[in-house]
Amino acid sequence: MRERLARFQATKKGRTTVAVVIAIVVLLLPHGFDDHWRAVFVDALAFSLLALGLNVVVGFAGLLDLGYIAFFAIGNYAFAIPTAGSYSKGLFLQGGLHLPPVPHWHDWMWLLLLGAIVAAMVAGIILGAPTLRLRGDYLAIVTLGFGEMVRIVARNLDSITIGSRGITAIPHPQIPYAPGHRYLFGLAPVGYYYVMLLLVLLMVGVITRVNDSRVGRAWHAIREDELAAASMGVPTVRMKLLAFAIGASTAGAAGMLTAARVNYVSPDSFTLLQSILVLAAVVLGGMGSIRGSILGASAIIIIPEYIRSRSPSFQDYRFLIFGAILVIMMIFRPQGLIPSKRRAIELSGEVAMPGKGISDGPEAAAALGEVDDGTP
Amino acid sequence: MPECLRTGFWPHTFDGLTLGSIYAMIALGYTMVYGVLQLINFAHSEVFMIGTFAGVWMLRLYGIHSPVSGIELPLMIAAIMVPSMAISGATAVALERVAYRPLRRRGAPRLAFLITAIGASIFLSNLFFIRIPIVGWTLGGAAPVQYPELIHRTAVFTAFGYQISNKQILVVVTMLLMYLFLDRFVMRTRAGKALRAVAEDPEAAALMGVPIDRVIVTTFLLGGIMAGAAGSLYGLFFGQAQFNIGFIPGIKAFTAAVLGGIGNIRGALLGGLLLGLVENLGVTCTSTAWQDVIAFGILVAVLMFRPTGIMGERVRA
Repeated sequence: MRERLARFQATKKGRTTVAVVIAIVVLLLPHGFDDHWRAVFVDALAFSLLALGLNVVVGFAGLLDLGYIAFFAIGNYAFAIPTAGSYSKGLFLQGGLHLPPVPHWHDWMWLLLLGAIVAAMVAGIILGAPTLRLRGDYLAIVTLGFGEMVRIVARNLDSITIGSRGITAIPHPQIPYAPGHRYLFGLAPVGYYYVMLLLVLLMVGVITRVNDSRVGRAWHAIREDELAAASMGVPTVRMKLLAFAIGASTAGAAGMLTAARVNYVSPDSFTLLQSILVLAAVVLGGMGSIRGSILGASAIIIIPEYIRSRSPSFQDYRFLIFGAILVIMMIFRPQGLIPSKRRAIELSGEVAMPGKGISDGPEAAAALGEVDDGTP
Repeated sequence: MPECLRTGFWPHTFDGLTLGSIYAMIALGYTMVYGVLQLINFAHSEVFMIGTFAGVWMLRLYGIHSPVSGIELPLMIAAIMVPSMAISGATAVALERVAYRPLRRRGAPRLAFLITAIGASIFLSNLFFIRIPIVGWTLGGAAPVQYPELIHRTAVFTAFGYQISNKQILVVVTMLLMYLFLDRFVMRTRAGKALRAVAEDPEAAALMGVPIDRVIVTTFLLGGIMAGAAGSLYGLFFGQAQFNIGFIPGIKAFTAAVLGGIGNIRGALLGGLLLGLVENLGVTCTSTAWQDVIAFGILVAVLMFRPTGIMGERVRA
C-alpha cells in the first residue's frame, strides 16, 4: 500500500492530486475550527513565513543568524508606531514631532506592509553589510548581539516604543475592494489567515525561483567553500547580503501582519528564545528545504498548542524539548524531516576528512567536489 | 575627562574589575575550547549557571544560614567552590561526550556544531526551569534561588576614597589564583603541551601520538572548572542563582574572549577585566539600562575592526 502510494505520488497525475488535496485542506482549514484554533493557524503561517525567511539565510546561504527575530520586531514596530492611536503612541511622537493627524493610515494596508518590508530589509542590510565579512561563527554571535540590542533599544526608547509596556490599540487593517467598500479585518483571524497564506505562497514562489537561479547556485558555492566561490568570481558579500535582505524582509512582512492581528506590540515577545524557535523550525524541517520549513514551523506551533490544550503545564517544557530537538536532530538526522537532497550530502559530513576536529571549509568542500549531486 | 566619569571613576573602576574578573574566568573556558576546536561553545554560559546552583546546593548541604567568620570562612568558601568546580567541570565534559563528540566523529560542518551548541544551551537552562515530572521537584524554578549570606560584607581598606570590600577581594584574588594555575598547567605540564599542540595543528598532533580525544576532554574539563569557580563566586557575590542567569555573563565573557583575542588565554584575562571596566564606566555616563548594549556594541566593533582581538588569536599563555 505504502509502496503503491509512493509510486502514485511519483507520477505527474499523482503529484497534481496531492497538491490539489493539500490546497483544498489548507483553504478550508479555518472553517472547521473555532477562532482560537484559527488564530493558532495564523500563527503557524506567520511562523512558516519566518522559517522560510530564515531558511534562505541558514539553509541556502549557510549563515547562522541567531537574532532573526529582530527583523520580525522591526516589522511589528514599523506598523505599530505610525498607526497606533495617539494615546498609545510614544511621547516623542506626540509632543516632540507634532505629527499631523493622518486619520486613515490603517487603510493603506498594502503600503504599510511594503513599509514594514522595506524597514526590515534596510535593517538587514545595515546589520549585514559590515558583518557578513566575518567568519560564520562570529556572524552567529554578532547577530545574537544585534537581536538583543534591538530588544533592549525597544525597551529603553520609552518616547517612541513606550518601553516594556508596549504599544496598544494598533488598528486592524482594512482593504478597500471596491469604491466605497472596505474589508475590515477586525479581531477575527480568518482574514489574516488568507492574507498570510497568500504571502507564504508568494514567498515560496519567489524563493524557489531565486534558489533555482544563478543566485541560488552562488549560495550553494558560498556554503560549500567561500574562498573557492570568491576566486571563481562569485560576489560573495553581495550574495550573502541578498540572502540576509530576503530573510529580513520576509520577517518584516510577518511582523507587520502579526502586529495588525494582535494589535499589541511589546519588546518582551522578541527574545533570543524566539529566534531559536524559528531556527528549530528550519532545522526540524530540513535546512535548505522549502517544504521542510513550512512543515517544521507548523509543527512547532500547532503540536505544542494541541498538547497544551490537553495539559496546560506543557508550556513550561516547550523550550526544553526544542533545545533537545536541536541537539538530537544534529546528531541523528541533520538533514531534517524533509531533507533537501543537496544539503543532506553536506550535513552528513561523511564525505569530509576523517580524523579532523571540526571539518573546515576547504577540506570538506574538496571532498564534496567528488560527489555528484545530480544538478547540472 | 567628562563630568560623569570624574564623579564615579574609582568606585566604578573597582566594581568593573570585580565583574571583569568573573567575565575573565568564564572567558577562559570559551577561549580554550575555541582554541582547540574552533567552536563557540554557546552552552558554556549554562555550565556557569550550573556553577551558581552548585554553590547554593553546597550552602544548603552544610546548613549555613548566617555569615561565618575567622578561619572557618576561607575553609567554607573552599568547601563551596571545589564541589561547584567539580559539578561544572563534569557538566562540560558530559556536554562534549553527548553533544559534540558524535558530530566530531562524523566530521560534521561547523553550522551543525553551532546549532548543537545553542540547542544544548537552551536545553540545560530550561532543565533548571521546569518541574521535573514524576519526582515533582525543580532544580531551580522560575524565581531566583537566594544564597544564604555566607560572607558578611566589610570594608577591608580604602583606596581613592572608595571602600574595597572583602567580597571584591575574594573575587579578584581567586580569579588571579585560578588564572595562574591554568597558565602553569598549559605552559608547564605535559598535558598542557598536548593541548597547545592540538590547538596549533590537530592533524600533526594526532600523527605525533597526541590523544586528541583526551586533550579535548581536558579542555572542556578545565573550562568547566573555571566556569564553576566563576559561578559559585558570582553566587556568593550577588547572592542569586537562576535558570537564565548564565545568558548575560556568558555573552559578556564571550565578548571578553574576542576582545582579548580568542584562543589566547592571557587575552581572555585582559579582555574580561577591560570589558568589566568599560562597561561599568560607560554606565556612569548613560544608565544601567544601556549596560548590555555597550557590551554588544564593543563586541560588534571589535569583530569588525580587529577580529583577532588585542592579543591576537593563538593558544598561548
